[in-house]
Amino acid sequence: MSCSYSTVRAEKRVQKRSLVLRLALIGLVLFFLILPSFLSPYALYLMATIFTTALLATSLNLVLGYGGLMHLHHAVFYGVGAYAVAILMTKTALPFWAAAIIAPFAAALVALLIGWFSVRLRGLYFGMLTLALGQLVWAIVYRWNALTGGDDGIHAIPVPEVLTSLNASYYLTLIVLVLSLLVLFAIVKSPFGLILTAARDNIPRTGSIGVNVKRHQLAAFVIAGFFAGIAGVLFIVIDRSVAPSLLYWNKSAEVLIMCLMGGMGTFLGPSLGAALLVLLSMVVGVYTEYWLLVLGLILLVLVLFLPQGILGFVSGKLKSASRKEVD
Amino acid sequence: MDFATFASQFLIGLSRGMIFFIVSAGLTLVFGVLRVSNFAHGSLYMLGAFLAYTAILWLGQGEAGFWLALLIAPLAVAVIALVIERGLLRFIYKREHLMQMLLTYSLVLIFGDLVKMVWGSDYKSLPVPQALTGSFHFLEANLPVYNAFLLLIGPLVALGLWFFLFRTHLGKLCRATAADREMVDVLGQNSTWIFALVFALGGWLAGLGGALIAPTVNIAMGMDANIIIYAFLIVVVGGLGNVWGALISSLIMGVGESLGVLFIPDFAIILPYLIAGVLLIIRPSGLLRSAW
Repeated sequence: MSCSYSTVRAEKRVQKRSLVLRLALIGLVLFFLILPSFLSPYALYLMATIFTTALLATSLNLVLGYGGLMHLHHAVFYGVGAYAVAILMTKTALPFWAAAIIAPFAAALVALLIGWFSVRLRGLYFGMLTLALGQLVWAIVYRWNALTGGDDGIHAIPVPEVLTSLNASYYLTLIVLVLSLLVLFAIVKSPFGLILTAARDNIPRTGSIGVNVKRHQLAAFVIAGFFAGIAGVLFIVIDRSVAPSLLYWNKSAEVLIMCLMGGMGTFLGPSLGAALLVLLSMVVGVYTEYWLLVLGLILLVLVLFLPQGILGFVSGKLKSASRKEVD
Repeated sequence: MDFATFASQFLIGLSRGMIFFIVSAGLTLVFGVLRVSNFAHGSLYMLGAFLAYTAILWLGQGEAGFWLALLIAPLAVAVIALVIERGLLRFIYKREHLMQMLLTYSLVLIFGDLVKMVWGSDYKSLPVPQALTGSFHFLEANLPVYNAFLLLIGPLVALGLWFFLFRTHLGKLCRATAADREMVDVLGQNSTWIFALVFALGGWLAGLGGALIAPTVNIAMGMDANIIIYAFLIVVVGGLGNVWGALISSLIMGVGESLGVLFIPDFAIILPYLIAGVLLIIRPSGLLRSAW
């Protein structure tokens, strides 16, 4: 009896906690909505960059954290999204909104191509194939001068002026981020997302209950590519220029570090990691030119002492605390 | 295009492949024995080049300077590798791949900035040593002597590795450790220091590759990022941990890239990635048998 009683109590506690969490998140969004009136122009730009990067990192985490796939080159889809907008707007007469709608699909298409071949491989081999094919895309972008502007990239992309004011780009990136996170969260919690997680934890068992694991992984890969493409569009709104460095492999490594920092096992971890890294790079950049050294040391400490990430650590502590209460 | 151009470009590609081989042989050994994907391998290569530069500055540009630098720089890199293995890597052997990779990536970032601190961010260059300047002519083809030298060194390194791995007791232990570490321990051999030794050997090879390439390129930041991706692809395409697989895929990559310059000059840069991608798609587990 006492056991079931304590279970009920624990369940209530969990419910209460998730209600608190939900309220806190709504509060956070409201806070972000009124924040611009207190921020300097530069801080506004920085926040918009954080929102964009958070979306990029969260999309990677769908594959990395929930899918358990060692995806080593996610920045490609970010870059393809950005380049798609840039090319469509400078080479064709398409208006911004049309280009912005096409771009994520272009990213998803590239993700389908890369994913199609990659999901047949396992572990490190999967990672290496994503890396090879991703770098292939980078090399094409880097060399195709006529289309992509090569090394120089494309600048002064004519994004409508309504969107380019700092306030507008802040709100646009915030709204797109919140909506995308809601969709991604729904995906993670859907039967599809649960199968993905099951396959991460045990591929043979998931396969033997009749699930086509590879197809699910491919779908997750394409979805992740699609949302990275959206992040790429947002990047264009903020910066109005693209360069090949956007899809070089060390950009992907940076996004991986964000996921690790916030916590790959948590939904909001990558967003937190993105925010922290963008802020840190700015703060540290003021004092020293050796930001990468600092980043390397941070990464070292994270891997050695906090592999579950900041949010992972916090939620682990909360869980063990509630378990103790029940006992 | 005539045969001569083709032949010399082919030979230059082969000599580039030799550098790829020397570097990726180290990476694949570490892969095979320690089972760690070492992103910092490219940094060790870069360090090899910078250390060779500094050594030659100290020793003077004379004939002996180059050869001494070729001796000193890789050894110095091997010592650095040993420190990395004992100081850091040994704590993460039981962790998942991604974590190991990220740890070594942190070293990439750290070494990148350390090199910037010590050597600055300007390009450095070294002259080709006197004895190795000029070029050979045969069958109308034209080959710089330095590239011919690399064509000689590559097989020598391969031979040395073969001798070490298959003809010495220590090499046998290395292979045994790659196959089954616990069994090696159970049989009373100390696998811990085999790990350290193999990582130092990997570092030595990376440093040697860097020191060898130094006279032919701009020694600069960013050398690490380029080579490490090539080396990783070569190692995976060749079959993880398989030195001979690494040799074959190094030569394919080197020649492919070099001939690409001839046929599609603008897009030659995509060829290594394309080749690696296609080979991985055709033979997902590598050309030769993986050590895993």
